[in-house]
Amino acid sequence: MYFIVVGGGAVGYNLGKSLLKDGQEVLIIEQDPQACQRITEELGSVAVRGDGCEAKTLEEVGTARADVLVAVTGDDEDNLVACQVARHKFKVPKTIARVKNPRLEPLFKLLGVDITVSSTNLILTHIQQGLPSHPLMPLLTLKGCLEVVEVCLPAVSPAVGKRLKELALPAGSVICLLVGKDNLPVVPTKDTVLQAEDCLVAVTQTDSLVQLQAALAGL
Amino acid sequence: MKAIIMGCGRVGAQLAAMLDTEGHDVVVLDIDPHSFRRLPQTFKGTPVVGNGTDEDVLRHAGIEEAQIFVAVTQGDNRNVLAAQIAKHIFKVPRVVCRIYDPIREQMYRALGLQTISPTIAGAQMLRKALET
Repeated sequence: MYFIVVGGGAVGYNLGKSLLKDGQEVLIIEQDPQACQRITEELGSVAVRGDGCEAKTLEEVGTARADVLVAVTGDDEDNLVACQVARHKFKVPKTIARVKNPRLEPLFKLLGVDITVSSTNLILTHIQQGLPSHPLMPLLTLKGCLEVVEVCLPAVSPAVGKRLKELALPAGSVICLLVGKDNLPVVPTKDTVLQAEDCLVAVTQTDSLVQLQAALAGL
Repeated sequence: MKAIIMGCGRVGAQLAAMLDTEGHDVVVLDIDPHSFRRLPQTFKGTPVVGNGTDEDVLRHAGIEEAQIFVAVTQGDNRNVLAAQIAKHIFKVPRVVCRIYDPIREQMYRALGLQTISPTIAGAQMLRKALET
């Protein structure tokens, strides 16, 4: 696949590097000549100096045939505009934007950015994951309305000792994976009995998170 | 009518003063308080220091009651972001956005934003001045 990465800072550089490692075709657009040169020295000639929000630059790098455009500059407004130009002018099928201000995420999605990655939210998530007291750990958001979460069943959980089918899960929720004390992943069936300290991966509607937490963690 | 002008540069200050003289309730937003020196002494509106791409700042500036929002900072992309927040999140009825880059301006106009590009107009004026 052909990836265009707008922004050749630390994020863009490392993203480009790992995409290249995966055998993808990558082009990084970066305004700063020194950053461009560094990328060229370390990754080969995959950097173009220019403004990734400008249609002219995007045209020169063949954006019309790109499969994905990822905008990871440090400025939310630049990332939004790069994605909008890619999508509306060059019909790029998938656009991904880095968003610093998490409150802009809904707007970006409304305006047609396919995937938003909020570094602030990611850091918050990691902090929550690092705090064992938090019963529900967000892992991933799907399609903007589903949450993939990890739950470690505390001993006080109302789900302990019950079969999966006996749980009062909110509608539209599925438990898709169970990791028991033996650290082996199992796809649970409706008759699987849950035990304290079992780790579950569940998918639920964003607005049912609280009910899911109540059903599984009891908090 | 309540109007919010984002960016108190020469154009923003001039526009704010015009709307103020016409009797509108004007709020001017700028990240640099020093910019407000461009407003005339008679200006009766409200200068607010802050970033117009921040929803809280916009709320504080009274965007929920505003009928007009104009984005005229130096950054095309900042104008585009703020104008889209005003239009899509706060549903301000009249949103105008300055975009220097004519190609981007055309695209956002096609997407339904009311946009102004002074670049082409300016070049045309200069070209005309050379003829006479």
